[in-house]
Amino acid sequence: MSLTDLANPSRFLKFANRVLPWLGGVTVIAFAIGLNQAMGAPDDYQQGATVKIMYLHVPSAWLGMLAWGVMSIAALGTLVWRHPLADVAAKSAAPLGAAFTLLCLVTGALWGRPEWGTYWVWDARLTSELVLFLLYLGVIALWRTVEDPSRAARAAAILTLVGAVDLPIIKFSVDWWNTLHQGESVFRFGGSTIYPTILVPLLVMAVAFTLLFVTLQIAAMRNEILRRRVRTLRLMQAQAAS
Amino acid sequence: MRLSASNLACHRGGREVFAGVSFTVASGEVLAVTGRNGAGKSSLLRTVVGLLRIAQGSLTLEGGNPELTIAEQAHYLGHQDALKPSLSVAENLEFWTGFLGRKAADVAAALAAVGLDSLAGLPAAYLSAGQRRRLSIARLFAVKRSIWLLDEPMSTLDAAAQDRLGGLMRAHLAEGGFILAATHGPLGIEATRELRLGEVGSALAQPSASSPWSAETKAS
Amino acid sequence: MTSLGALLIRDMRLAVRVGGGALMGVLFFLVVVTLVPFAIGPDLALLERIGPAVLWLAALLANLLALDRLFAADHEDGSLDLLLMSRAPLELVVAVKGLAHWLTTGLPLVIAAPLIGLLLNLDGAAQAGLVLTLLVGTPALTFIGLIGAAIAVALRRGGLLLAVLVLPLTVPVLIFGVAAANAVLGGAAPFGTPFTILCALSLASLVIGPFAAAAALRQEIE
Repeated sequence: MSLTDLANPSRFLKFANRVLPWLGGVTVIAFAIGLNQAMGAPDDYQQGATVKIMYLHVPSAWLGMLAWGVMSIAALGTLVWRHPLADVAAKSAAPLGAAFTLLCLVTGALWGRPEWGTYWVWDARLTSELVLFLLYLGVIALWRTVEDPSRAARAAAILTLVGAVDLPIIKFSVDWWNTLHQGESVFRFGGSTIYPTILVPLLVMAVAFTLLFVTLQIAAMRNEILRRRVRTLRLMQAQAAS
Repeated sequence: MRLSASNLACHRGGREVFAGVSFTVASGEVLAVTGRNGAGKSSLLRTVVGLLRIAQGSLTLEGGNPELTIAEQAHYLGHQDALKPSLSVAENLEFWTGFLGRKAADVAAALAAVGLDSLAGLPAAYLSAGQRRRLSIARLFAVKRSIWLLDEPMSTLDAAAQDRLGGLMRAHLAEGGFILAATHGPLGIEATRELRLGEVGSALAQPSASSPWSAETKAS
Repeated sequence: MTSLGALLIRDMRLAVRVGGGALMGVLFFLVVVTLVPFAIGPDLALLERIGPAVLWLAALLANLLALDRLFAADHEDGSLDLLLMSRAPLELVVAVKGLAHWLTTGLPLVIAAPLIGLLLNLDGAAQAGLVLTLLVGTPALTFIGLIGAAIAVALRRGGLLLAVLVLPLTVPVLIFGVAAANAVLGGAAPFGTPFTILCALSLASLVIGPFAAAAALRQEIE
């Protein structure tokens, strides 16, 4: 089965139904290994066990950005190639990206409490994540405002691509803004070299998170296809009735 | 029950829309309000239900509930359908029946009366213009009111739906109600009287007793 | 009172359906609060001091900007005509629409305020004071806003006009709301006085708002 075959929604549904149980299983195994390794990883000499939040925090930050990447490619698919599944993928990825970004923010806040003595500081990385979170919420709000998904898709695609261009600029601006206001107790992860004992569990966790994202994405796409079929059937029902 | 207007006038934006309109309509009767575009057919209906101010003249209702205004005893079917696209067909009708003071029990029967019962669960956004019109009309049956003010009731309806509305209007008249309908074309029911609005030039030219504003009784 | 109950349910349903604005207010609230540190710098001590003021201003804007469709949507689809013909007094109809709007836009702001307050380094007591003042004060914002929404109902640029009309009227609410919230934070003024006045403002606007808005709607529909 090639990628072009998946363009057909019916084939995609078949593919999703076959693949999802396996993906789910692999995800669970990856999390079991990753969490086990993370528990076994050494504590930080300054932070103690709190450093373990990192194993959730860092992968969710990555996934938050990856989801925007997926949305951007899907946006190109919608606008340039008019791929039938592109806007389904874009719509499904938005809440997932928002959820991972929120997870990143929440774990960051929980991590910050013992480190900084407060749940939130306007640290450059966290602040960028917050702006990313707002962008996700904006895209979701756009999807929720327009009832016709194909009309919403083009608007959301344009917003996504503008966001993709703007995100590095936002990141740069926030970094500049933050260094301008030095003097905060800014905690920098990865200031020193990362030891393999930390790096390996982190990478395993990143793989587990990515698998989780892929599983949820395929499941969400399946749901969205079914939702659109229901919508089409109901439209046809309204048309058929005189 | 009898609604009579004498010498009614309405102004909008400093312009006179109509003036010197008199008519009477009683239980079991249909008054067809006709005239060219802009003659003030819609404005006349809106004046009767109090959505436009009466500039001159008077409106009296005999035999109604003296505690209520004419608007509170009337159904007004305007150009717009007063529907929310994100609510389902049943929810839209449930709201209007509830708002007009009835329990939701009457909703299913009213939907069946306009032939929309099979679409009850669909969002109103999916309906065609004619279906939306019928859904709007359904509230006239869900809540009983004796005065019906219909603005182009047949517009966007197909032949079958027009027949059905005609039948429903006849039933309404038989129950002692009456109808004021602004219309261009056929009404689907025999009008008892016709009130022709318009011909502004002629009205100014001949301010005589035989004013073109007054209602003429058709020989029917 | 089945009429008013039906109207309340409809307006709340519309707010949470596709195209409804239920959570848009909260999102706007969050965005505005996020922008403030970019403008004034990430100084936690400063943010904590001005936190209640920022949250109040953001709540004020979020509440008002969501109001412009309140009557305009009903006007466009003809529903407003039927609402005006209602047997229930128009003042009550307007008040119920205001209540539905507050429940779907104002109340979520109050609930989200503590979370968003975290961004501005507000501590527990300050959070509680802020939530209490917003809970008591946001109805005043909604019901004063009703007047502007009714006046702007048939106008094209209704949203901006609404803000221009209503924002000056909300000055007292802002003054006493922020004063009461700051009192909890350890300001010079006591908490009781501004809080009581805030309650009084809300109660007064619950009466004045619907009457003025109903009068405006009756004038507007020509």
